[in-house]
Amino acid sequence: MSRPVMGGAESPDVAAHDAHAHEIEPHVPVFAAAVRNELDELLTRYPTKMAALLPALWIVQRERGWVSEESMAEVAGLLELTPAYVKGVVTFYTMYHQHPVAKYFIQVCTTSPCGICGAEDVVKALLRHTGGGELGVPSADGRFAVIEVECLGACGFATPIMVNDEFIESVTPANVPDILKRLA
Amino acid sequence: MGYPHKSHPRETPLLTRYFGEEEARTLDGWKKRGGYQALEKALVMTPAEIVDIVKESGLRGRGGAGFPTGMKWSFMKPGDGKPHYLCCNADESEPGTFKDREVMRWTPHALVEGCAIGAYAIGAETTYIYIRGEFTEPLIWMDRAIREAYDAGILGANAMGTGKRIEMYVHKGAGAYICGEETALMNSLEGQRGNPRIKPPFPAVSGVFGQPTTINNVETLAAVPEIIMKGAAWYKSMSLSNLKSTGTKLYSVCGNIRYPGTYEVEMGFPFGEFLHELCGGALDGRKLKAVIPGGASVPIQTMAEADATLMDYEGFVAQGSMLGSGGVIVIDDKQSMVRVIARLARFFAHESCAQCTQCREGTAWTTKILERIRDGQGTMEDLDTLLDLADLMTGTTICVLSDSCAVPVVSGIKKFRAEFEALIHGKRVHPVLSAVA
Repeated sequence: MSRPVMGGAESPDVAAHDAHAHEIEPHVPVFAAAVRNELDELLTRYPTKMAALLPALWIVQRERGWVSEESMAEVAGLLELTPAYVKGVVTFYTMYHQHPVAKYFIQVCTTSPCGICGAEDVVKALLRHTGGGELGVPSADGRFAVIEVECLGACGFATPIMVNDEFIESVTPANVPDILKRLA
Repeated sequence: MGYPHKSHPRETPLLTRYFGEEEARTLDGWKKRGGYQALEKALVMTPAEIVDIVKESGLRGRGGAGFPTGMKWSFMKPGDGKPHYLCCNADESEPGTFKDREVMRWTPHALVEGCAIGAYAIGAETTYIYIRGEFTEPLIWMDRAIREAYDAGILGANAMGTGKRIEMYVHKGAGAYICGEETALMNSLEGQRGNPRIKPPFPAVSGVFGQPTTINNVETLAAVPEIIMKGAAWYKSMSLSNLKSTGTKLYSVCGNIRYPGTYEVEMGFPFGEFLHELCGGALDGRKLKAVIPGGASVPIQTMAEADATLMDYEGFVAQGSMLGSGGVIVIDDKQSMVRVIARLARFFAHESCAQCTQCREGTAWTTKILERIRDGQGTMEDLDTLLDLADLMTGTTICVLSDSCAVPVVSGIKKFRAEFEALIHGKRVHPVLSAVA
């Protein structure tokens, strides 16, 4: 049986947000208008305000591309937490960006199961075709950053990569150029 | 051959039988396949009756520990005046394990239905499905399935018109393997760092938000509707070995194997036949060397051990390993075991929550030594240090992440010592990969 990319789900738009954009006006609240309503709806799901912290941080990252100190302070105020507490949580989890990242943030799984299927060669190919930068360092044009991550949970489809929110399975060095061309 | 390949005649597809069918992902498609009849049936039973059926079926937790599900549910006391919670653990982050991801991608309504039945059985009005943040597609499908179920009145304040309240929400993790540990999951759900808690108190006494909570794995909950529809005796009859392990089990197979994917077989299936025939055996020109059968944290098996194993909770233990999550990592003779184990240790070092010293320092030190041996800089003394460290890291921490790191190291040194010693003595036993290293 052929296996559709994303299993046929609507593919999230990989260019939905420009993660490279800095917060030009970091003092402008994230949680205003519809976004505030979204948070208010979230708060109805939990018996404590604090429980909405992870979802609130996800909203910040969706809206701004990363989670700045200003955003952390804003979330802290809304959820009646201290900014230091929020920072402690943000830094615990690997998926919240604490700095602006490249437009296409590419995570490559290199944990053992993918490692024994050639994930390191996929990393090398991605680095080579995106401008030869180092791991985690944006390419010269600021469009790509490649990092290695621990298990992405798709070990049977080695090597999986995540480009922003899009999951791409069975990546080999040979199909890296096509994937990058599609993003361009 | 399991999904994404054609099903093998020796498989028993229950949870996997609609994998690959677009229509089964929607509410209409799920109903066409008999979906939500089990919930309808369950909601006119008493919670105690449901718990009894699940107990009688012999269903055991599919997340790794294998604890009897019905017994776990019976620890909850509906009507004690406290809010109860059901948490579905969909934080599938163990290397080698990706079966729950496929359940959520292809049959999201099976999980919604299983959660709804479980919630009712334990007296919980609210269910949280905690999904790891990396699972972008399962998140899309689970969100959609829950929305469809609310719109159709299956969930909500008056679930299926019965006057019973069943609320269900997805909670998205943010990249931390440790959040699959049940107490860390609860902390994360509460908006904290995912540090595991000391037990007791156990979740059934004081769980999420300090209230009685049951935490079940995706595969466990997805199996419940069929058990309610067809009965405990039917489920129990599915066992090729013994009555302690019943039903079917999903296995996610990866690594150096011809047909990687998700398989479903009855408990007690012969592992040798599973690997060599269903999964197609080694890739061209290679031989299988070792298997880690239950996700990265269980003992490594030699092929001789794997070939003699019956695939159930007791069968894997009898051959020196564990069923675990059912994440089967296959390793062929091209691979250096030192390299494989060093990479696993690096995973655990990266994912340690750093709360306990033995884990924080032990996983990092273990990784450092293993990488030194891998790079040809090791000494024989290093092997003794690794084993001593493993001893210190076992049974001495709040959760078992530290133990999980020690397990592949100890079993690896015990079963493949020659490869460690060869590298220490400067012999290149695996030219292909040592060149890369």
